Amino acid sequence: MNLTLKVWRQKNANDKGKFVNYNVKDVSEDMSFLEMFDVLNEELISKGEEPIAFDHDCREGICGMCSMYINGHPHGPLQAVTTCQLHMRSFKDGDTITVEPWRAKAFPVIKDLTVDRTAFDKIIAAGGYISVNTGNAQDANALPVSKEDADAAFAAAACIGCGACVAACVNSSAMLFVSAKVAQLALLPQGQPEREERVQNMVHTMDEAGFGNCTNTGACSFECPKSISLENIAMMNREFLKAGLAGKK
Amino acid sequence: MNLQSKIPDGPLAEKWSKYRSTVPLVNPANKRNLEIIIVGSGLAGASAAASLAELGYRVKVFCFQDSPRRAHSIAAQGGINAAKNYQNDGDSVYRLFYDTIKGGDYRAREGNVHRLAEVSGNIIDQCVAQGVPFAREYGGLLSNRSFGGTQVQRTFYAAGQTGQQLLLGAYSALQRQVGAGSVKMYSRHEMMDVVVIDGQARGIIARDLVSGKLERHFGHAVLLASGGYGNVFFLSTNAMGSNVSAAWKAHKKGAYFGNPCFTQIHPTCIPVSGEHQSKLTLMSESLRNDGRIWVPKRKEDAEAIRKGQKKASDIAEEDRDYYLERRYPAFGNLVPRDVASRAAKERCDAGYGVNATGEAVFLDFAYNMKEKYGRTEAMKHGIENPSQEKLKELGKEVVKEKYGNLFDMYKQITGVDPYEEPMQIYPAVHYTMGGLWVDYELMTTVPGLYALGEANFSDHGANRLGASALMQGLADGYFVIPYTIGSYLSKEIRTKAIDTATHPAFAEAEARVKETIDRFFAIRGSKSVDHFHKKLGKIMWEKCGMARNAQGLKEAIGEIRQLREEFWQDVRVPGTADEFNPELDKAGRVADFLELGELMCLDALTREESCGGHFREEYQTEEGEALRDDENFAFVSCWAMNKVGDWTLHKEDLVYENIKIAQRSYK
Repeated sequence: MNLTLKVWRQKNANDKGKFVNYNVKDVSEDMSFLEMFDVLNEELISKGEEPIAFDHDCREGICGMCSMYINGHPHGPLQAVTTCQLHMRSFKDGDTITVEPWRAKAFPVIKDLTVDRTAFDKIIAAGGYISVNTGNAQDANALPVSKEDADAAFAAAACIGCGACVAACVNSSAMLFVSAKVAQLALLPQGQPEREERVQNMVHTMDEAGFGNCTNTGACSFECPKSISLENIAMMNREFLKAGLAGKK
Repeated sequence: MNLQSKIPDGPLAEKWSKYRSTVPLVNPANKRNLEIIIVGSGLAGASAAASLAELGYRVKVFCFQDSPRRAHSIAAQGGINAAKNYQNDGDSVYRLFYDTIKGGDYRAREGNVHRLAEVSGNIIDQCVAQGVPFAREYGGLLSNRSFGGTQVQRTFYAAGQTGQQLLLGAYSALQRQVGAGSVKMYSRHEMMDVVVIDGQARGIIARDLVSGKLERHFGHAVLLASGGYGNVFFLSTNAMGSNVSAAWKAHKKGAYFGNPCFTQIHPTCIPVSGEHQSKLTLMSESLRNDGRIWVPKRKEDAEAIRKGQKKASDIAEEDRDYYLERRYPAFGNLVPRDVASRAAKERCDAGYGVNATGEAVFLDFAYNMKEKYGRTEAMKHGIENPSQEKLKELGKEVVKEKYGNLFDMYKQITGVDPYEEPMQIYPAVHYTMGGLWVDYELMTTVPGLYALGEANFSDHGANRLGASALMQGLADGYFVIPYTIGSYLSKEIRTKAIDTATHPAFAEAEARVKETIDRFFAIRGSKSVDHFHKKLGKIMWEKCGMARNAQGLKEAIGEIRQLREEFWQDVRVPGTADEFNPELDKAGRVADFLELGELMCLDALTREESCGGHFREEYQTEEGEALRDDENFAFVSCWAMNKVGDWTLHKEDLVYENIKIAQRSYK
């Protein structure tokens, strides 16, 4: 199939940036979206032009590095699929596809489609952990966890930290990302001792990083490549409220 | 050089505990003055960084990705082994040790492997304490499954995302130290060289991949946890950015490279679909628990399937060849990876392959979906004489719960629904057992320079068992290096931090790095980096892949040398050095692969035997199994580089005091 790509080009953080059109020919439907970009980049290089910079690594939908806002959707038109797992059979001959970077104040553009997501690391560093030094652990089976809680914690922990939730949100809120970690640890007995401080510290850091607030549109969960549930946000709000009532900070 | 493996004396089971009790310690006040550089933030790097920072050392961590959480450990699917014996099925530290040595085809060190088995249980404890959500039974206790090369259930897992969950555990421990100010994180940074002063590793030159600036960093010790080099084949299950460069720079600064030809080809990957292919995707080994591997018995049927005239479901049960169950009745579909891969290649080479390229076999869940899970569910629900449809419906739910994400991934990539039609799979490059040679303390031949996880050569011999990579990465980081590094750093407490701005060794190393970068831009050639990488990959796959022979390897060495020459004359690197430039990053990595590829072929040529993943066609039994030569090749190949294209082989003899080495049999 032949396609027209309308791609955001921005030389660096200070550049204003603009859309540039590219025609891509003979695209196989078995190609992934990123492989189509590989082919385009090869062509640009052979013509002496600058290839398009985009983030990607594992190309199997788990590392969370690929981004791309495709036709108005983070990770493209399919639900529960990352850009790297999106295949060209989801498009048809003659399509025009618009590709932009994640757009959020807290995710400044580095170049073209590549953005800086270190704000997420800062939020985790503020409390997204259980404080247990290596060597302190008791026998793993000494602490039974009901299957229901373990499964729910796992479902929240499946977040890949890609930032699609922020890109999807009209307010550029990071609530889904933050709540997934808060919920995972709050659901487990191991997470109890730091439960209140954790949610407070993570939420404060999230606010400081410049993410917006949640107005319950649900776009984050709908667009999430791992279908992280909105219930996590509800849980985080409860946790935050409880921590405040408990008189912490 | 006389290689000292430093394996402690004494009985096998006491070596590690004796070592731990006698290794010199560094007191807490001194730890605060000692700086450690860690390159790589995967399971080994992140766990080492967190554990060393907890002890009080000052740690700097470097990774090329935008966040340490992206490291490729995250993509590990199936699980992590540990000798917990929670299933009461006869597991023990000794049995895990034995299985690992045997699985590695008797080419690993007894002392190292026993230590790995000893600490395996602690890893599970640590991860659970961190909140890693492993799969559990209804009683709330941990669940296990089986992996290849073993007859017990010792694999802990979190659906098909075990690597992700373990890495996020290690990452959160790392971020906790970042938040506490004990670790300084440098993401989007690539290590460009190791700085060696008076024979000791004293720091690195790094490049900030966003600004392009070169930076100098001092460390009392440098730890490389930079992963394996499977991407030398271009197509592999590795991430696109996985590379050998950190390890290779260390090799060029004097660190020996161990067993470079030991490559793991994983039997269950999604087959190649076309020229545009950029990577291959693994379908977890855990699928072999319930999937049966087969090809048609008759060539006509295979041909009809290849032409699209027949489907798998058109082939009657008696016309299917479950070749692993036929050849290896004791282990069946759960033979080790090297054995399963070669058996698939053998059938496809003989003309029984089942996709358009003839390079695929079936991995079929229909039988277990109906007969194993469907029937159990029917009994549970009191359904008498269930129909085939009912059995499938009931079984499908169980399979979905176990492997749902893998089935979805398969469908997403191939467009075929594996609940309806069997998966098509073919072997692909997955892991490299070879790596930097290290002693028992994980130190390379350069004092102060360590290698952890897949980056070292140590524990898996010639073939790694499934679910053992995660175990080794975390063992090295959480439980080995925090002890062994004391042996070196206790002697370094008087070494003051070096002023990198003025020291000539740092200036010299940085100048060399800059020279290489400038050289890339000066070429202004006509072909992209990927062009060369693909060509290299093809040579490696055809001549140094699943089967190797002397003639092919000799040819490969010549071809790689020529390709390397072409690369340095005709590669085109667009852009400039002082900006975000992924093509430049790739160029540096491929330049190193072009040197490594030659060493891999040289190593494969020199090892005139077959063992594990290294299969020399000249050395096989009548039944086509790997034929080892223990008399002449029971050693680790340790290569020292004189200059590019010129290496000297040193040997570390492998001594087996506890295990009687025998021909590996899974029949």
